Amino acid sequence: MTTIEEPEVRAALPRLNEPAPAFEAVTTHGKLRLADFEGSWLILFSHPADFTPVCTTEFIAFAEIYPELQKRGCELIGLSIDSLYSHIAWVRNIEEKAGVKIPYPVIADLDRKVATAYGMVMAGESKTEASRCVFVIDPKGILRAMIYYPLSVGRNMDEFVRLIDALKTGDEHHVATPANWRPGDKVVLPAPNTTELAEERAGEGLECIDWYLCKKSL
Amino acid sequence: MPCVWPDGTLSSSGRLLLTSVSPDSTAEDVAATTGIPLYRVRSSLRQLLEAGFISEQGGRFKQTKEGVEKVKADG
Repeated sequence: MTTIEEPEVRAALPRLNEPAPAFEAVTTHGKLRLADFEGSWLILFSHPADFTPVCTTEFIAFAEIYPELQKRGCELIGLSIDSLYSHIAWVRNIEEKAGVKIPYPVIADLDRKVATAYGMVMAGESKTEASRCVFVIDPKGILRAMIYYPLSVGRNMDEFVRLIDALKTGDEHHVATPANWRPGDKVVLPAPNTTELAEERAGEGLECIDWYLCKKSL
Repeated sequence: MPCVWPDGTLSSSGRLLLTSVSPDSTAEDVAATTGIPLYRVRSSLRQLLEAGFISEQGGRFKQTKEGVEKVKADG
């Protein structure tokens, strides 16, 4: 007798450069909507569970970069599939034990609506917890970057600040940023898309490895 | 931040926000006046609106009669 397996239902992942999935969610700062962040950059990040070691180090680290993000016009919001009271107890515990006040809101996503809309639960890792996901949403509500980390690896905060800097620089100057770019480094010009432009590019006095890879200072 | 308790009492941030709503205020105006992040102001204004303490037209807010009385009553 053959066994008919139930098809696994896989949540669709959001797509880059499309509107980020809208939400209204209960958070440690009250009921918030994605639209409340319109006009700001937003980093939406998920963590597997409250009162766990790696997540606690990350929450503290996110609190530490929050002032740098605010300087860049970027807000932060966390999420896990935990209750509001668990979140409140945890952020109070972090303040009491580590002396760090968590300044950003945290979504209590017990019904998984937000986690599902953003594809945060990776069933291969855990069916009950969100993975360590990071979504960067621009001031118009467009999803601009997504990064997924496994449960066992804490995230590198410098990268998120660098990512915001890179996205803002790209938008402002219509350029791209090379590997390991930092503010002040040269940026990459879009590659010419015709032979005529390729020839013209060669004569522009830029720092070029070849016609398709040219950098300039801003 | 939740600014109106179920019994209609205002939290400290709720009181600050309500008193900062002058006729024709926008959410951005209130954020600038109070120093509260804009996302929280938008969320709190929604609560004040639901509680009937402010009204909104075209993105501009003003205290209602109930709102004015609430500010007076809370001293």
